[in-house]
Amino acid sequence: MPDGGTGIGAAVKRVEDKRFLTGRGNYTDDINRPGQTYAYILRSPHAHAKINRIDTSAAASAPGVAAVFTGADMQVGSLPCGWQIHSKDGSPMHEPGHPPLAQGKVRCVGDQVAVVIADTYAQAKDAAEKIVVDYSPLPAVIDMNKALGGKTLVHDEIGTNLCYDWEIGDAAQTDAAFAKAAHVTKIDIVNNRLVPNAMEPRAAIGEFDQATGEYTLYTTSQNPHVIRLLMGAFVLSIPEHKLRVVAPDVGGGFGSKIYHYAEEAIVTWASSRVRRPIKWTADRSEAFISDAHGRDHITHAELAMDSEGKFLALKVDTKANMGAYLSTFATCVPTYLYATLLAGVYTTPLIYCNVKAIFTNTVPVDAYRGAGRPEATYLIERLVDRAAREMGISQVDIRRRNFIPPDAFPYQTPVALQYDSGNYIATLDAAQKAADVDGFEARRKASAAKGKHRGLGYSTYLEACGIAPSAVVGSLGARAGLYESAEVRVHPTGSVTVFTGSHSHGQGHETTFAQLVSEKLGLPMENIEISHGDTNKVQFGMGTYGSRSLAVGGEAIVKALDKVIAKAKKIAAHIMEASDSDIEFKDGVFTVAGTDKTLPFGQVALTAYVPHNFPHQELEPGLDEKAFYDPLNFTFPGGCHICEVEIDPDTGVVKVERMTAVDDVGRVINPMIVAGQIHGGLAQGIGQALLEGCVYDDDGQLVTGSYMDYTMPRADNLPSFSVGTESTLCQHNSLGVKGCGEVGAIGSPPAVINAVVDALWHLGIRDMTMPASPQVVWAAINSARPAAAAE
Amino acid sequence: MYAFDYHKPSSVADAIAALKGAEDGKFVAGGMTLIPTLKQRLAQPSDLIDLGGVKELVGITVSGNTVTIGAMTTHAAVAKSAEVAKAIPALAALAGGIGDPQVRNRGTIGGSIANNDPAADYPAACLALGATIKTDKREVKADDFFTGLFETGLAEDEVIVSVSFPTAEKAAYMKFDNPASRYALVGVFVAKAGGGAKVAVTGAGQNGVFRVPEMEKALSTNWSADAVAGLKVDAGTLNADIHASADYRAHLITVMAKRAVAAAG
Repeated sequence: MPDGGTGIGAAVKRVEDKRFLTGRGNYTDDINRPGQTYAYILRSPHAHAKINRIDTSAAASAPGVAAVFTGADMQVGSLPCGWQIHSKDGSPMHEPGHPPLAQGKVRCVGDQVAVVIADTYAQAKDAAEKIVVDYSPLPAVIDMNKALGGKTLVHDEIGTNLCYDWEIGDAAQTDAAFAKAAHVTKIDIVNNRLVPNAMEPRAAIGEFDQATGEYTLYTTSQNPHVIRLLMGAFVLSIPEHKLRVVAPDVGGGFGSKIYHYAEEAIVTWASSRVRRPIKWTADRSEAFISDAHGRDHITHAELAMDSEGKFLALKVDTKANMGAYLSTFATCVPTYLYATLLAGVYTTPLIYCNVKAIFTNTVPVDAYRGAGRPEATYLIERLVDRAAREMGISQVDIRRRNFIPPDAFPYQTPVALQYDSGNYIATLDAAQKAADVDGFEARRKASAAKGKHRGLGYSTYLEACGIAPSAVVGSLGARAGLYESAEVRVHPTGSVTVFTGSHSHGQGHETTFAQLVSEKLGLPMENIEISHGDTNKVQFGMGTYGSRSLAVGGEAIVKALDKVIAKAKKIAAHIMEASDSDIEFKDGVFTVAGTDKTLPFGQVALTAYVPHNFPHQELEPGLDEKAFYDPLNFTFPGGCHICEVEIDPDTGVVKVERMTAVDDVGRVINPMIVAGQIHGGLAQGIGQALLEGCVYDDDGQLVTGSYMDYTMPRADNLPSFSVGTESTLCQHNSLGVKGCGEVGAIGSPPAVINAVVDALWHLGIRDMTMPASPQVVWAAINSARPAAAAE
Repeated sequence: MYAFDYHKPSSVADAIAALKGAEDGKFVAGGMTLIPTLKQRLAQPSDLIDLGGVKELVGITVSGNTVTIGAMTTHAAVAKSAEVAKAIPALAALAGGIGDPQVRNRGTIGGSIANNDPAADYPAACLALGATIKTDKREVKADDFFTGLFETGLAEDEVIVSVSFPTAEKAAYMKFDNPASRYALVGVFVAKAGGGAKVAVTGAGQNGVFRVPEMEKALSTNWSADAVAGLKVDAGTLNADIHASADYRAHLITVMAKRAVAAAG
């Protein structure tokens, strides 16, 4: 590590923050192209309606309007789904069309009906008001239970609202285990639907170069190469060499900017028709009804135990809302990112899970920070908590009794995954200490003396990051590879640009990745540039989601760095007239082992580009290496979250008094960035548990369509967090890293709700729904009071 | 936002003249409600008459037992006024709890009560303290001013000049925030003055802000939290939405009333 500490493990201040904090970021909406026009998307006010006729004539002749297009004009490919699931009977999932502009029918409030392109945004919006759409409203299906077996079909052509009926595990063996159980604990869980709410709303600019026939799309994306592939190949039939996708600075994604959205296709397609660049930027209200939502599961689960509380088998039945259309990765979330996690950190030998994915007249649902794993974690940890209470075992003992022991790795679960490493006892011990669990009873008494109820809740969780390897996910239905690529370009004077296929939209890659280079090449941070987000610069990439950037993208950078070092050693050996095998490289200096002969990295770089004294017979000039890294397995971060709440029975307000997270994220490259990621995840996890929740009315109108009704977490909803790491190293990547982007949002919701249940258990309250808003908690207390009084 | 003509008069008379001269004019005070409404294209006035240039509408004076606040005085100014804090501390505290700093620096008392949002804070203070609203034409008692949801006794071309609050022996405002919007889900202002007590509730009523005679009667004879603990507003008269049922609101009114009385001392 160079002086000052900028290598692995150093809490380097985020280099990108200077431009963000001084307002010099370059976001999609900051970009303006010569001759640019503006698009306004006319959206459906109905959840479900037939479109009889659209009259655009008045809009087309309105001031400033360049063009008006409807689905009749835009006859292109369907927005594709990236993962094909097969039902338990072997049949492929139903994949109804997803047109960028509605074709005769709208299927959710917010569905795209027409686009107006004008000189200004206001003109486009004015003109859109002149479009007359003749709708015949149809009954809407909003509730998943009603969607199955009901007459209303979201997609008439598939004859059902059931997208797939999937299973994993051995049902017969699981049932047999249940038959022998000493006790069975049952639970019904709703995992509430969330709106992602990235700080920057989505935006897109489409541009067509008449001279070259090349399209450029600037977009708020977490994975520009994936968008280029999906939109180019499946929707608009534009070959990659004529399509550039740029995802510049992006202000948060949380999953919602992974997917290929209609607006991207619309502005790109229309730009060649109007022959001017077209910008579209969502306003906040539009984001609520056009960004893919998250979660939305209904689950019944049963846990079979022996008389000692040892888990024998788990049976899970889940309904997962797909919304009106299949968003890009919607189908893998409730299957391979959910049911495969149902072993959690426990040795449950038998698990069976059935998942029904259901179409409704709501905004499409897809991955949102955690994606499947928060749903699995919430289910397991609520169930374990309930089981402990029913069995008369402490919350801690039931977990310890069932943990996968630290010496059992690699550990094969009954639901496909093989965990490589972990120590759940260590994270639990460390979290209990950090949370001062020993002092809890005294704090509970102090709260009771004030008339308040205090509770403590645990979540000992595990998740899977860096979804891989490609060969395996391909066999499970993924229509993409899940590797990452990197190019390390050493410049003649020894500075370095790294081109990565990962995409940073808040994660701080420009710092973390530069620290890898600093560590490996011994360079100061200012000599390293991390470049991402432009398909014309970066060779290829699968992007950023599922906490994969370091474990997959970072490993690709390391592989490319190793190639650079290997070549540089040969050049150094040639210059110093030594054998390759005698060259050592440390802190940016090549040394001939056992001698005082040294050569700085910069000198080798210069020689690579000014190859006067160079081993031409063995090497090509230049120092520029690429690598693609396809991992051998997922990584498995895990840990323990402990939440302590105090509840005011008069109002139902739940105050989070303490939130402790001890996570095993593998090797930590930058502890400050890891802490920041965990803080953000905890805020979203507490948000899901106590504050956030999407409400649709029976007609399919989104009641929580703005911040007046959708409760975003704010600073005063949150305590000062206690976060720490207690890591084991990943066994199958060289860095030993696992991922940290989602652990906060995955681990924390059950800890919060378990704490609420703990606080209220003595009142006879046995369950609590998310979000545990003041009204919900007060109603539970209010209805428990007469029951408690009667006892 | 649709296009409109913008006027910035410097006197009340000019403001009224501008409104009268407009086809469908609207006064704008701080704009904390009207500007978002315009941005969402939910209103389309032909002319916007900005009262921000009318200096005579700004300021706070305390004279004897009366605090008079100019209509265009911001919430922030009221919140940080030492005179208000001394004369009616509950009023300064209420102003300091409206919205967020940006709202408090733009929003005004005149705008708030003219809009009469059923979840606004100031109407509760006006009723409980027995305020008098002075307009360019007349003086109106608060009890006669608030007439329904977003409805007041103001004529179209009538401008609020100031609001006068009599001081109280004891007063306090307790607000239970809507978790999302942070408007009052239930806000209760209690005041003890002149041998009687007044209790006003905002955020909860189907017709906006209202007084609770039973609580006032109880508090007039026994100013204590216990006096209102057993009194409950009929849930049938209250709002229900996704954040609070009418029953929950009815319960919260009692809880907030108790807490307000306790806080008032």
